[in-house]
Amino acid sequence: MNFSEVFKQSNQLCKVSPDGKYLATCVQYRLVVRDVNTLQILQLYTCLDQVASMEWSSDSLFILCAMYKRGLVQVWSLEQPDWHCKIDEGSIGLVSSRWSPDGRHILNTTEFHLRVTVWSLCNKSVSYIKYPKACQKGMDFSADGRYMALAERRDCKDYISVFVCDDWHLLRHFETDTQDLAGVEWSPNGCVLAAWDSCLEYKMLLYSLDGRLLSTYSAYEWSLGIKSVAWSPSSQFLAIGSYDEKVRILNHITWKKLTEFEHHPTITNSKAVVFKEVEKRPVIPTEDLSIQQIAMESSLFDIQSKYEIPPLPVQVPVVKPDPDRANPKIGISAIAFSVDNRYLATKNDCMPQSVWVWDMQRLGPTAVLEQTAPVRFFAWDPRRPRLALCTGNTKLYLWSPAGCVSVKVPVEGGFQVQSLFWHCSGDSVVLLGKDQLCLCYMATDEEK
Amino acid sequence: MPESSFEDINNIYVSSTMPPSRQYSQSTIPLLPFRHYIGNTEFCTENNTSECMLYISQELLALGFPSIFFDLNGLRELDVISALNSMYGLLQMHRRAVGMLAELEVEQLRVSSDLHCQQLTNSKLKDQLELSKKENLRLCERERQLEANTKALHHCLKNEKEEVQKLQNVIASRASQYNHNLKRKEREFGKLKERLNQLLTDKKDKKQGMDVLNYVGRSDGKRSQWKTGKTDSRHESDMYKALLNEFDKHQRELMIENAELKKVLQQIKQEMVGILSPKRQSGETQKEEKPKEFTDQQIASDEEEENSFKGTSEMSCEHAREQLSNSIRQQWRKLKDHMANLDNKASLVHLGQGINEEMISKEVHQEEMERLKLEIQQCKDFIHTQQQLLQQQLSTPWDEETAAVLTDCYMLEEKERLKEEWKTFEEQKKNFEMERRTFTEAAIRLGHERKMFEEDRATWLKHQFLNMTFTDQMNLKTQNTLSEYAVQEQKHISSPKTPL
Repeated sequence: MNFSEVFKQSNQLCKVSPDGKYLATCVQYRLVVRDVNTLQILQLYTCLDQVASMEWSSDSLFILCAMYKRGLVQVWSLEQPDWHCKIDEGSIGLVSSRWSPDGRHILNTTEFHLRVTVWSLCNKSVSYIKYPKACQKGMDFSADGRYMALAERRDCKDYISVFVCDDWHLLRHFETDTQDLAGVEWSPNGCVLAAWDSCLEYKMLLYSLDGRLLSTYSAYEWSLGIKSVAWSPSSQFLAIGSYDEKVRILNHITWKKLTEFEHHPTITNSKAVVFKEVEKRPVIPTEDLSIQQIAMESSLFDIQSKYEIPPLPVQVPVVKPDPDRANPKIGISAIAFSVDNRYLATKNDCMPQSVWVWDMQRLGPTAVLEQTAPVRFFAWDPRRPRLALCTGNTKLYLWSPAGCVSVKVPVEGGFQVQSLFWHCSGDSVVLLGKDQLCLCYMATDEEK
Repeated sequence: MPESSFEDINNIYVSSTMPPSRQYSQSTIPLLPFRHYIGNTEFCTENNTSECMLYISQELLALGFPSIFFDLNGLRELDVISALNSMYGLLQMHRRAVGMLAELEVEQLRVSSDLHCQQLTNSKLKDQLELSKKENLRLCERERQLEANTKALHHCLKNEKEEVQKLQNVIASRASQYNHNLKRKEREFGKLKERLNQLLTDKKDKKQGMDVLNYVGRSDGKRSQWKTGKTDSRHESDMYKALLNEFDKHQRELMIENAELKKVLQQIKQEMVGILSPKRQSGETQKEEKPKEFTDQQIASDEEEENSFKGTSEMSCEHAREQLSNSIRQQWRKLKDHMANLDNKASLVHLGQGINEEMISKEVHQEEMERLKLEIQQCKDFIHTQQQLLQQQLSTPWDEETAAVLTDCYMLEEKERLKEEWKTFEEQKKNFEMERRTFTEAAIRLGHERKMFEEDRATWLKHQFLNMTFTDQMNLKTQNTLSEYAVQEQKHISSPKTPL
């Protein structure tokens, strides 16, 4: 494992191009484009204000920089550095900005979600979409980039509009039977649209591409409902994480519950391996230092940590949430499938230091990782079943079916890993600190 | 004869002193002899008067009366007065006795009637007791039922309370969520109002627009098309095509899965047939004929089925599917029956009523068990000795030689490597020493040379100085340059003196 130098970034704005060749970072009002392998600066652009959001176009030729306070969006071209494009939303304000899947249209959501403006880079056309809904995930593009689903609300009723991304033709528009539509997500095969209600009601609606309601699923009434949703990459399963600390898996044939994964605080299942991170502060060196320690040249005053496997049964530490607050810190807030469909990683908010990994073939837990600090982020390798996670300290943790390893980021002065994402080839991980970033190259595959 | 009269008197006495525990009806009977004197003149006759008199006086003395005789000159003369007195005393006694008897009779009657009353009341009380006991039991039973009821009701109440608590919690969380949403909406509304105000008061309306250097071509290189009805229908058809493709793919996958499962079922069926037929032939020596027939039939039927099935395996119709599943079920049932038979046989063997073959097999089985047990024991012993040796090694104090040998053998390889490294290190050290020596020698030589040079220079300068002309300044300048050069040279010479 090799670590690169540390570079500056602001606002956690750091993205790898979709073709995997370039790395774009924002430092205040500058946009820096580097080559991913050599990390040399290839291009440098200057925007008019501090960049709030940055996104690559799908063909890796353009970068969008949005400045919400000024209501501006600037687009930069990689091939022609002196090409410029500036979109000014004027007095109507700007709340979010994103590319369309073809990389030639920009969708700007105005302040107060008054409308969505579709700007074209190919011609002079401008389209407007009215009444977009301000919710958790109101807009989603299908994986092949052909269709866009948009949640709308008019006259106190929720609707979903399906647009063809080619020419923004409205394909379907139908009302949904929800109290307060919270999000829409396409299945990876692009044929099923999942729409779910807000947390006050547990309701998951599944629509076919042509607008027919395929199925409705509701696990229980009255208590707080759905917190997170994830499709499996093969579109076979839909995982729903809810506030009752369970993940329910629906199958794509009958759209009924296949199984539910319960996050029990006491782990007694012998098939689940519990990896507990143990920190050990090293003793001040005496004369019998082993040769290994000297050879590693590790800084002897750093906190070293390794994983131990405690014997079952194991108690997972639980943090009880404040019952009076809205959006309580309980329930499954993050779900992610591995790319081979085999594993599912979940995080329960009332067990913030643990990440659970479930085996989808056996439909049971296969590993529970217990860290020393609350887990901030985890992400699966886009090529193989390998999970990277970080807890805000100076270490990067990796899990794979072979085992678990913790790696300290060798940066002078410490590097608090707050977020991370994988390179699309799965060969490297980009680690983001508060205002720094560092690349970790997975050169070798050896793990403990 | 007085003895017989004595006996009669005794009989009378005996009959009159009957125990009072007899029923009162009997007590009225034989008291009559006391009432009237039957006139028994056989006691005293003219012959035995003196004896009678003696007897009577003795009796009277025994009863406490004074003697009825008085002694006159050795002759016993009857004292009539005392005799009459004694008779009178006796009569008094008799009357008293009769009175007492009557009283006793009365007493006895009373007592017996009391007893009768008591007995009646006793039986009545017993009945009452029975009744009250029954009542008590009934009441106890009722109390138990009521207690059970209350417990059940308590339980229900607890459950209801818990439900109420849960619902209250749910309501509370929903309420906080609603409040949160409401506040958020209010805040947004407030911002909206502010913005609206700002826009209405603000004269300058910033127009929105896009400023681009030049338009970029589409990513796929094609031209965009006009929006007409054709494109709309094209979109619709594209969408349906995508859906149909997905359905086709799905159906294909399901067909493949279906075919695989059918294959697996067939394999299972064949294996089951294979398991069943040879077993039935080998076992059951008693019922040889029947099972053979059965297996023959079975095999025949299976073959038939297979043949028929081969014909229909290509078709995936309901009929073929049902046939296959039915045949599998039949085979499974047969297998179960067979297993049940085997279990029965095993239990019979266990009871000792086995057939010869099975007895032998049991013996063989036992021998195997013995052998395995022995093996296990041996392995255990081996492990035990190993453990002991290990303990010994770790705990006992070694003598130096063995200790040295033992510790060394673990680190042998490392020690060898270390030795080699030390060797190379020593060599390098030697080399460095040599080099250092040469350098010091060189430095000393240089020092000498420098000294020589300095001396030469000094003499040369002296000569110059002594032979100084008006070109002094020029010489001085050259001297300066020379001295600088000399200093530089010195520096240059002194530089290799860096420590090794």
